[in-house]
Amino acid sequence: MDFFSQPDQWLPLVFAALMGLSILIYVILDGYDLGVGILFAMSEQQEKDVMIASIGPFWDANETWLVLAVGLLLIAFPIANGMILEALYIPVALMLLGLILRGVAFEFRAKVPDLYKDLWNQAFFMGSLLTSLCQGYMLGLYIMGLEYKVETILFASLTSICLTLGYVFIGASWLIMKTEGVLQMKAVKWAQGSLSFIVIGILAVSTASPLVSDRIFSKWFTLPEIIFLAPLPLFSSLLIFGLWNLLKSLPQENDRWCWGPFVGAVGLFTLSFIGIAYSFYPYIVPEKLTIYECASAPESLMVILIGTLLVLPAILGYTFYSYKVFFGKTRELRYD
Amino acid sequence: MEALELARAQFAANITFHILFPSISIGLAWLLFYFKLAYVKTRDSIWLEAYTFWVKIFALTFAMGVVSGITMSFQFGTNWPGFMKTVGNVAGPLLGYEVLTAFFLESVFLGIMLFGIRRVPERVHTVATFLVAFGTMLSAFWILVLNSWMQTPVGFEMKDGVAHVTSWLEILSSPSLLPRFLHMTVASFLTASFLISGISAYRLLMRKWTPSVETTLKIGLVLAAVFSPIQLFLGDIHGLNTLKYQPQKIAAMEGNWNTQGNVPLLLFAIPDEKERKNTFEIGIPSGASLILKHHTDGIVPGLNEYKDNHPPVKPVFYAFRIMVGVGLLMILISWVAAYVLWKKRELPPFLIKAMVGMTFSGWIATVAGWYVSEVGRQPWLVHDILKTANAASSIPAETIGLSLSMYVVTYIALTISYILLLFYLARRADQRGLRVENEIDNNLGLFISRGAL
Repeated sequence: MDFFSQPDQWLPLVFAALMGLSILIYVILDGYDLGVGILFAMSEQQEKDVMIASIGPFWDANETWLVLAVGLLLIAFPIANGMILEALYIPVALMLLGLILRGVAFEFRAKVPDLYKDLWNQAFFMGSLLTSLCQGYMLGLYIMGLEYKVETILFASLTSICLTLGYVFIGASWLIMKTEGVLQMKAVKWAQGSLSFIVIGILAVSTASPLVSDRIFSKWFTLPEIIFLAPLPLFSSLLIFGLWNLLKSLPQENDRWCWGPFVGAVGLFTLSFIGIAYSFYPYIVPEKLTIYECASAPESLMVILIGTLLVLPAILGYTFYSYKVFFGKTRELRYD
Repeated sequence: MEALELARAQFAANITFHILFPSISIGLAWLLFYFKLAYVKTRDSIWLEAYTFWVKIFALTFAMGVVSGITMSFQFGTNWPGFMKTVGNVAGPLLGYEVLTAFFLESVFLGIMLFGIRRVPERVHTVATFLVAFGTMLSAFWILVLNSWMQTPVGFEMKDGVAHVTSWLEILSSPSLLPRFLHMTVASFLTASFLISGISAYRLLMRKWTPSVETTLKIGLVLAAVFSPIQLFLGDIHGLNTLKYQPQKIAAMEGNWNTQGNVPLLLFAIPDEKERKNTFEIGIPSGASLILKHHTDGIVPGLNEYKDNHPPVKPVFYAFRIMVGVGLLMILISWVAAYVLWKKRELPPFLIKAMVGMTFSGWIATVAGWYVSEVGRQPWLVHDILKTANAASSIPAETIGLSLSMYVVTYIALTISYILLLFYLARRADQRGLRVENEIDNNLGLFISRGAL
């Protein structure tokens, strides 16, 4: 194959795909535990302990996907990494503050004297919220080509709120799956509440993106692209419609379909992600730099690719194992 | 301050905060693995108690390391874009392998190690504990491969101002890697040893005696007594390695201005970089020549040979003395305490207090050592290839000042909280430790033991 004889042609694409995959996995996985953190604000003391217990064994590994994503950006597209992160300096710094706060609050709240427990609960909530808002803001600015203008900042504020609500939705879906009783019923309400906002959010982002960027407009609304793209909004609408009806019926007898909202949320995240990824390819710094213009030397990328192909199955394997070990309701963690 | 200085201060603050936690968790992870093995073998509850108490501290320490590590991975891009632009072909794969082989391994199995004790077969839990310990060490290995390469670069060629790899084998065996890796690993074991013996001594002092506390005190003390002289020896080897590859760093460490023989070993001095001399000196005649060249009139390189190409003298000079000073204190206290314990079967109060005082001594020595190594690398980011000044981003000084102050406040608050929490956990540990055991025996499982963790 001609394609494979030119590593400088396919390696950037492979690495962009790997990076995209880790971003998607990160957004789903850390998304649910960030969402659970935000929902701390609306829960009782007792519920907080269950909520924490439901994400306890996972959050650390979830955040590792962020390190992998930014690592791949750093490794495969070093110049783009510098440009993007320099442009997003302040939101990145604030996001890191949020990640630090929530990561340590997780540990501190369980160990400090009762007097301080609430303070760390607050820190966990604030950290989760700050992280989500910053990530959404960064996503918005990125879509807008990393420029600071009134309309781009407005758009970024919109995506900031939307992504946060997306995290709340997937967090609530996680709780529907992992808990039962009053907390589960509350989680259904939270999921319903955030879902309606998500619909507004997706519509707003989908309307604003092509209006602000001519390139995205032409990429969406020309033939034959419009036909290939049609399944995205179609499936998203079907999913939202299905989720809406499902949530109304939850919780069901024998806890049937308790996993439904979470799987639906994963589907929605994936579809939105594909939409965004499609809109940007082949750019890595929007409108400025393509993945082919700034990739690292092919020989170095090969070294990582080989390692990745060897190690990734193992990572997925033991991650899967860990989810299997902690499968089921958080409260039913009795060992019989 | 200039943007460059602020960016450097920010990275220094970040790495200082970060190194505190891996320097505990690498050693502590292996100790936990040992406690777990001892419990499996003997079924003696002292080991389970030691494991349950220290695994809580490990979880906290690990989390602190993770969050501060994430910050660093972003700062490469936000503040030092020139680093990856120039040497990304070398640094990238090394960082990538660290994430792929170590980070995921530690973080996933940490979940099983912390919360899975009653959910997986015992053997799987023991293996998980091992894999976490192995992961922390593997992570240290990869990052030290990169760090050693930055100090003593080999196995590459420069094309159009960008480093391209010619031999990964050479990069994976760069001249300073072995001494650096051993020195750092032992530093972590020492830090963990003094932490364990210090906190255990504190529990004795607070009259929270249990057989398990006594055991961990002894283990910490014996390890400290064994590792502290070994560390002195490894430090010497590392120093000789530095003399060969980065003589200007040695010149700054010794506070030696002129290349000459019979150079004294300065115990204390005030180096003056403007006047290019020391304004005050107390030293052992020919001491430095003797240590570095093994004879009294051995020629030791001087700073004047490397004008504009040597590190700032004062921080390197002082940090080196702090590191060595703490190291010698470690040897003294651990040997005296071990000897007294062996002879009299118990420790007098002043030695118990001394052990408490030494709880975080490993931190001071490790951080000082890092300053010697990393400030000593200046003005280079990658020795002889890339100057630190040429790697900085164009972020304005005010913005960096803002993020720097935010980080520093957070780091200080968290470090204080961490220290206070450790002593708090030690104070209430006797009742709590026992309760955890009962909870597990009663098969209440994760949810309640989580509260105790």
